[in-house]
Amino acid sequence: MSEKPTLVVDAKGLVCPMPILKAKKAIDSVQIGQVMELVATDPGSMADFKAWTRSTGHELLEARDEGGVYTYVIRRKK
Amino acid sequence: MMEEQADKVTIISWSGDLDRAYPVVILATTAAAAGMEVTIFSTFWGLLLLKKKERGVTGTDWMTKMLSLMEPGGPVKLPLSKLNMGGMGPWMMKKIFVKNNIPPLEEFWKMAVDLGIKILPCQMTMDAFGLKRDDLIDGIGEPVGAATAIAEAAAAKINWFI
Repeated sequence: MSEKPTLVVDAKGLVCPMPILKAKKAIDSVQIGQVMELVATDPGSMADFKAWTRSTGHELLEARDEGGVYTYVIRRKK
Repeated sequence: MMEEQADKVTIISWSGDLDRAYPVVILATTAAAAGMEVTIFSTFWGLLLLKKKERGVTGTDWMTKMLSLMEPGGPVKLPLSKLNMGGMGPWMMKKIFVKNNIPPLEEFWKMAVDLGIKILPCQMTMDAFGLKRDDLIDGIGEPVGAATAIAEAAAAKINWFI
């Protein structure tokens, strides 16, 4: 079901706004249509990644919370 | 096909307090990362945040040089608007920031420049403090006046005075 990401980014231990800034850099470095995965530990990131994908138009394929470790799988749309 | 118009954000960065300087760069870089077009108009104490760290005493006459001695500017040693307690508050805050992996302000300004944020220094403040273009960090725009700040704000969806 899940797609293999082109790029995996470790944002564990970072707080706002660093996971989003890392996500922006990472998504710019993959091709349109490719998938990027980012792992974070910031609890606020769950709401932030939903908001960020909404404002940027990238597709949030998955947002998982595994005991305080959050994984976001995002497809670059433009 | 027409390029999709990005939302615009303007921020007036007025304060030299740590607890205002951080929100400016955090909100600005996040907005830029969300694909928005961001302009920061840096004025008064907010402009002094853009002074190069290694600049030392600046000024064009004895009064502006004296001002620079009393308030060296730059992104270091900022006071807090609350709980300053003669520097104890910011000292503790800085420790907490390091522990929590929050980058120092000067790094945030570099990120802002790299993200293509338009940073406009206030000409009037530069004159008042005797600052030259070269006293400020690299990558920022040319000094402008209030009319430019207003024109930018009128074209933006979000306008903050911080």
